[in-house]
Amino acid sequence: MSETPLFQVENLHAGIEGEEILKGVNLTINRGEIHALMGPNGSGKSTLAYIVAGHPNYEVFEGRVLYKGENVLELGADERAQLGMFLAFQYPTTIPGVSMANFLRLAVNSVKGEDDGEGGKKRIAPREFRKMLREKMQMLNIDESFATRYLNEGFSGGEKKRAEILQMAMLEPEFCIMDETDSGLDIDALRTVSEGVNRLYSDNMAMLLITHYQRLLNHIKPQYVHVMLEGRVVQSGGPELAEELEAKGYDWLKETAAAGS
Amino acid sequence: MVTKPDVNFGEYQYGFSDPEDYHFKSRKGLDVEMVTQISDMKGEPEWMKDFRLKSLEYFEKRETPTWGGDLSDLDYNDIFYYVRASEAAGKSWDDVPEYIKNTFEKLGIPEAERKFLAGVGAQYESEVVYHSLREDLQNQGVIFLDMDAALKEHPEIVKKYMGTIIPPNDNKFAALNSAVWSGGSFVYVPKGVKVEIPLQAYFRINAENMGQFERTLIIVEEDAYVHYVEGCTAPTYTTNSLHSAVVEIIVKEGGRCRYTTIQNWSKNTYNLVTKRAAAYKNATMEWVDGNLGSKLTMKYPAVWLMEPGARGEVLSVAFATDGMHQDAGAKMVHVAPNTSSQIISKSISKGTGRSTYRGLVKVHKGASNVKANVVCDALLLDEESRTDTYPYMEIEEEQVSIGHEATVSKVAEEQLFICRAAVSRKPMR
Repeated sequence: MSETPLFQVENLHAGIEGEEILKGVNLTINRGEIHALMGPNGSGKSTLAYIVAGHPNYEVFEGRVLYKGENVLELGADERAQLGMFLAFQYPTTIPGVSMANFLRLAVNSVKGEDDGEGGKKRIAPREFRKMLREKMQMLNIDESFATRYLNEGFSGGEKKRAEILQMAMLEPEFCIMDETDSGLDIDALRTVSEGVNRLYSDNMAMLLITHYQRLLNHIKPQYVHVMLEGRVVQSGGPELAEELEAKGYDWLKETAAAGS
Repeated sequence: MVTKPDVNFGEYQYGFSDPEDYHFKSRKGLDVEMVTQISDMKGEPEWMKDFRLKSLEYFEKRETPTWGGDLSDLDYNDIFYYVRASEAAGKSWDDVPEYIKNTFEKLGIPEAERKFLAGVGAQYESEVVYHSLREDLQNQGVIFLDMDAALKEHPEIVKKYMGTIIPPNDNKFAALNSAVWSGGSFVYVPKGVKVEIPLQAYFRINAENMGQFERTLIIVEEDAYVHYVEGCTAPTYTTNSLHSAVVEIIVKEGGRCRYTTIQNWSKNTYNLVTKRAAAYKNATMEWVDGNLGSKLTMKYPAVWLMEPGARGEVLSVAFATDGMHQDAGAKMVHVAPNTSSQIISKSISKGTGRSTYRGLVKVHKGASNVKANVVCDALLLDEESRTDTYPYMEIEEEQVSIGHEATVSKVAEEQLFICRAAVSRKPMR
């Protein structure tokens, strides 16, 4: 018998404001695996990311999302984060008034702080936190002045994405979803972000890359590629599937899917 | 179903109530007979009885203010104005009745006292039941008594200062307090004495429909310093309670006083408080005012900057949750030249909560070279919550420097989600 998969989606039907967007999604990801989820706009990729992270606006009609065998749909977003899940947003929101350092300090304490046995959490020593922050910022080529700036306020597209990766670096999740991390990045920024992700990746974790384009996959290499169309995973394969999509577009799959249904 | 994150800051934790077992409880309502009875029961001197009766007249003549929060549900005739829970103020912890101790246990007061408080005057209902003051402070001449005891032991000081900073006819609620006041703290810090540990009093309303009208008077002599801390809570009942205190502070030349309040009254308490300080030459007065509870709070701690070099500061922090209106702010009155003031107001509104900043900076003619700064930041957590800012400025002098900045931020659902995903609800230690 194989061990429990790190992450599993089972027959997930979900949507927003009563409208069904995901119509029976199945996906299994083991430790040490990088998966890419591709598909045209509106196919439901970001919806899946939000539901997995616990966004309150989305509704689940049917199905389960299992993390280490536990159904996380009943958990709050913070509890999912504490279990080691992380979502890098497609459009990171600005939070004026909250500095990046403060935000990260709270997040790190929340996710990595040890339980004190009385329902609370022990903080990580401020000096230790600062040291860790400095190291990770250097690794990701982020200027130190960002620590005192308000979260994402006035950040360029590339800076916002790097800030997301910094958060990931600080939290050291076991499973992360990158929701179109490549969108809005120029070639240099894409390289910086990808190098950061590659450096953070280890065999003990797993990743789901959500993207439209092949180009991200030139930098971060997945072993598995899935294609989502109209709320279902219609095709799965190896890295060659991404190349095929790049060459042919999604239309041939739409025809296949239509013929198959 | 995905569970919707709920930014819930918790049920009211101090909503327990003790069975009522009072030494004396007045009938409801207010008239000459009631005021006379309160004064007689306390065995007060004639001048105090006159002070109360005169104040009652002012109270009856004045209209309920309509410029602030909604007071239309407040029924003055449906309130107990005087309740006495024990025979007299206890000198030591052992003298305090068991159920009151239990209440304080629940609130963590005795522990707090042992650890870092120099003196605790805890006001339970209308009279202070427990008071202690470390010996070294007593030896320095510091007086820390409940107001009733101060009237007995130091009538000359009380008579000299009481009502000089906030006259009974100042406003309707100051008049009400002056008529029926009971308990509160009296602090006297002699010249040059610096009280290094904060003095603390804890107020708690227990009886339903209870009014609490404590009267506090703090006198800081030349070059002296004191930090006074009060906290307030009430159990949750379905009917309304009224808390209407008056706090008068005098800070003489070179002195400094800091007064910190945290009120966490239950959501049916009207908290209508008048607080004012007079700061003389080179004196500093700081109000730190935290409003986390009550149905409606109307409170604007004031500093009158009477002589050159005086400085006033107010830090006002308000948190309004469902059904609450925090109408808070500050007043700085620059009477003399070369005086300075700062008002910082921060508020958070959530659900149907509403917070209002209402403040006044007044510079009298001739008060040149005044520096005043006002900063108001308001945060709205959702669609329903509301905030208003009323920053009044009355400047009658040209040689002044006045600054004002205000920000309102709204937390969008997306921002909340990001914070929720990143930040645990477990307490950090």
